[in-house]
Amino acid sequence: MKSFNYHAPKDVKDASKLASSSSAFLAGGMTTIPSMKLGLANYKDIIDIKKIKKLSGIKVSGKSVTIGATTKHVEVATSKDVKKAIPALAKLAGNIGDAQVRNRGTIGGSISNNDPSACYPSACMALNAVIHTNKRKIDAEKFFTGMFETALKSGELVEAVEFQIPEKADYQKHPNPASRYAIIGVFVAKHKKDVNVAVTGAKSCVYIDKDLSKKLSSSFSASALEGMDVKSSGMNSDMHASAEYRANLVSLYAKKAVEAC
Amino acid sequence: MASLVGSRVERKEDTRFLQGKGRYTADINIANQTYAVFVRSPHARAKIKSVDTSKALKSSGVVGVLTGKEIAEDKIGGLIAGWAIRSEDGSEMKVPANPPLAKDIANFVGEPIAVVFAETLDEAKEGAEKVKVDYKVLKAVVDPAEAMKSDAIHDGVEKNLCYDWLLGDRKAVDEAFAKADKIIKVDLINNRLVPNAMEPRACVVDYNIASEEITLYTTSQNPHLSRLVMSAFGGVAPENKLRVVAPDVGGGFGSKINVYNEEIVCSWASKKIERPIKWVAERTESFLTDTHGRDHVTHAELAVTNDGKFLGFKNETIANLGAYARVFGTVTPTYLFGPCATGVYVIPAAYSNVKAVYTNTAPVDAYRGAGRPEATYTIERLVEKAAMELGMDKTEIRMKNFPTQFPFKQTLVHTVDSGDYVAGLEKAKQMADYAGFESRRKQSEANGKLRGIGVSSYFEACGIAPSAAVMSLGCGVGLWESAEVRFNPTGQISVFTGAHSHGQSHDTTFAQIAADELGVPMENIDVVHGDTDKGTFGMGTYGSRSLTVGGIAIVNACKKIVAKGKRVAAKMLEVNEDEIEFKDGEFVALKSNKKKTIGEVAFACYLPGQRDEMKSPIPEGDEPGLIESSFFDPANFSFPAGSHICEVEIDPDTGNVKVEKYTAVDDFGRIVNPMIVEGQVHGGIAQGIGQALHENTQYDETGQLMTASYMDYTMPRADNFPEFNLGFTCTHATSNPLGVKGCGEAGAIASPPTVMNAVIDALGGQEISMPATAEKVWKACKSMKKSNAKAA
Ligand SMILES: Cc1cc2nc3c(=O)[nH]c(=O)nc-3n(C[C@H](O)[C@H](O)[C@H](O)COP(=O)(O)OP(=O)(O)OC[C@H]3O[C@@H](n4cnc5c(N)ncnc54)[C@H](O)[C@@H]3O)c2cc1C
Repeated sequence: MKSFNYHAPKDVKDASKLASSSSAFLAGGMTTIPSMKLGLANYKDIIDIKKIKKLSGIKVSGKSVTIGATTKHVEVATSKDVKKAIPALAKLAGNIGDAQVRNRGTIGGSISNNDPSACYPSACMALNAVIHTNKRKIDAEKFFTGMFETALKSGELVEAVEFQIPEKADYQKHPNPASRYAIIGVFVAKHKKDVNVAVTGAKSCVYIDKDLSKKLSSSFSASALEGMDVKSSGMNSDMHASAEYRANLVSLYAKKAVEAC
Repeated sequence: MASLVGSRVERKEDTRFLQGKGRYTADINIANQTYAVFVRSPHARAKIKSVDTSKALKSSGVVGVLTGKEIAEDKIGGLIAGWAIRSEDGSEMKVPANPPLAKDIANFVGEPIAVVFAETLDEAKEGAEKVKVDYKVLKAVVDPAEAMKSDAIHDGVEKNLCYDWLLGDRKAVDEAFAKADKIIKVDLINNRLVPNAMEPRACVVDYNIASEEITLYTTSQNPHLSRLVMSAFGGVAPENKLRVVAPDVGGGFGSKINVYNEEIVCSWASKKIERPIKWVAERTESFLTDTHGRDHVTHAELAVTNDGKFLGFKNETIANLGAYARVFGTVTPTYLFGPCATGVYVIPAAYSNVKAVYTNTAPVDAYRGAGRPEATYTIERLVEKAAMELGMDKTEIRMKNFPTQFPFKQTLVHTVDSGDYVAGLEKAKQMADYAGFESRRKQSEANGKLRGIGVSSYFEACGIAPSAAVMSLGCGVGLWESAEVRFNPTGQISVFTGAHSHGQSHDTTFAQIAADELGVPMENIDVVHGDTDKGTFGMGTYGSRSLTVGGIAIVNACKKIVAKGKRVAAKMLEVNEDEIEFKDGEFVALKSNKKKTIGEVAFACYLPGQRDEMKSPIPEGDEPGLIESSFFDPANFSFPAGSHICEVEIDPDTGNVKVEKYTAVDDFGRIVNPMIVEGQVHGGIAQGIGQALHENTQYDETGQLMTASYMDYTMPRADNFPEFNLGFTCTHATSNPLGVKGCGEAGAIASPPTVMNAVIDALGGQEISMPATAEKVWKACKSMKKSNAKAA
């Protein structure tokens, strides 16, 4: 690993000030550190945001669950409040990677990195999440812009993610047997007015499957999805899964998620 | 005194391992050491036009940079193939030079080209980035069948063929096949595996300017052999000036048999730069450059009668050697494979034909089981398919062809001394509730799942090996083992062994057998291994040989200790030697019942001075001291055998395969420590299930390893396994005084076909290749649905 300057600011303002085109925020480090070790990324400044107290923690209100950016997956997975308000979110966090990853990885790191096979982005999309940054509030839909791309601007820091509490929700995942990232992850959330089916792992970026969402909005049952063909065009094809297999899993896991709701 | 052999003694080594006190190569640091980083080829095949080290030499902290040019100038030899295999036409195998640093051409991704030494690891990495290699990239060949039609990778190796080997009688096989009612055929791929020892390879070298001695700490399964190879073939230093220490080693599975480029280069360089050197592989370097395992493409046929008798067997196999032939690289697909390809069966005629081919991939060598898993997979897929095609029960067809007389002269090479294959399969059936399978299958079906059961019966030839036999087959050295038992004056005992433990629990097992022989508590015994300066010599550990060869050398050395002890005790007790009996650690004069403990006798052997006591306890003709050594050369291989049964359940919607039940019944002869043996079987089965369902080494067509990290290479994990159901039968080996057989590899040998037979059974006989990943199985389920729909 190349040498770098390490900073551990106490508040968001300082963190933001330190940011430049050759810096990175450090949250759980589960992505940043391996990519630095492998020489895939080099930074002059590493800005550790874990010392900023206000970035961590879980708040539940009547309508939403707000999770601070540096809250670890294990904290979400085991939070009584999350389990009560949105059990699917706790389940999602509890199935991320392995114990080591869950004990370090954070929600802010996960969504800022926007790995095409990460789990949280699908929850953000399905639960109409609002991403709070130090500059503005961004709807999930506008936040995830492409493969490893987000709407975040240089120096912009995710502070928290606010999830809308649905009536029902479930997350189903077909893990990559090696890394245990999602080959396919389907987050189904039934809100008062409509249903969102968010899919991760299938394409270069998380998305809402409009057809499945529409169908379930009119009839929320697994049988409603029977015979609905998910198209494989545009889906990822790699050594772990072909596009055809992924398409099969999307419709299968959408059904499973509805059944589990 | 109760016998320790046979009891579940807790592992002595666990105290240090479980408390993080193990001392591995990477834990060793030497004052003033430099750090080595290797510059490796990013291409699978490329001419090296030039190597420019000038910028690297100027880089901060860099102490030296060496390339293939310097190592060639110093006439340091390269890596070797340990076995000379001859082709069917009588010609000798073709083995290219394998220099420690490639000078003119690189032949696989990761092959080392240059090395940078620096004050810190970061500086060495920085320096390595500044070495400029000018490559001319050539077209690589990855697929072995393709390689036989491609340009030669190595000069003079036409069709990239190392050898085209035959064992057996083609004519007899043709005749047998002509008489058959049915010919069963399979086309199989034995998937390439990356060994993935928990501890990556590493070495630390310390050159002593005064004594001119090189000390090499390294991750080796066989330090003496490493020294021999580095000295005799590498010319790194004479053997007496080269000390090789393999301290705690975190797993090898065959991948740490070879002397590797890095060890040769660092040993040579330490003398050159007059500084100690430390090198530790990163995980990706392990993936790229540790020798890989398996990688066979096989067509095999079994000639059968309608009532299920086997008449003949043949296989045509292409074995991928990778870019170079290494120590066991050429024998693994031949003499470790062919003889076992007829399995546990009486098959009157057989041949095994293997073409070993070079490709631009990492070298392939022995990996847990080495050849026998490939053999067992071949025959056990055939047998299972035969049962299916003949409409016979899978166990019945096996029983029908088992030998029942021992010694059993197996078709191709071996004379199996002992065994009871019927008893093993009967016991496995009972433990697995084989009879109850159909109702479990129906239950799964009711839940929308497919359930399958698979059986495999195996034998294997291990405990390598009788020197005369292996030397006649082309091995460059006899495969005996040595031991020295050193009774210290104050009663503790050091047992030196040439075997090496990297997970096999020698500290415990060897102490158990020595304690029984000498009648002393196990706590008094220390097993010492892994250092060429300690102990006599040794061939190391692989091929399930530690106990059956190395352990017997210990027994024999202990017997010499007791024999001498008897003579000394007789003199001390003033009786004739034949009036002394040795029992439970005491020499007893039968008539008088006077005794001397073995500790007292040992003490006396060192002539403790006693004022006015002039009489020596050492009989005439004997010398003082109580140290004995033994070299044991076994009379035969050891032939463990057994039957495994596996049940899987498949979710046809996802293709996920769940191993529901796994039963293994093995015959390892006398078992010294059942707990340790069970651990060996567990590990072997886990690796075999990994091969069958998960591990999927993939190169792209340019020779880049796509699965070079754990993000992409699936190692099996605890949640992939059911509780293993283990049982044992016992027929004693007749080739050694303990009656023991090797147990280290059996699990990995028997389990891949067992699991695959179960998967294929669940899929209604549809062939599917390893690893049976979810997507492959899903596709098979889909085509099964289609053909079922058609039939209905
Ligand atoms: C073996 C393994 C398995 C995994 N499996 C899964 C899985 O199954 N599902 C899944 O969803 N994920 C998985 N992950 C990803 C993991 O859960 C982490 O979420 C992810 O690695 C990044 O989170 P982190 O907190 O470690 O971020 P870091 O690595 O610290 O940062 C990642 C990136 O985000 C930026 N960043 C971090 N925090 C902020 C912030 N608050 N504001 C702006 N930018 C920020 C950093 O600068 C960096 O660019 C896995 C990771 C590994 C290593």
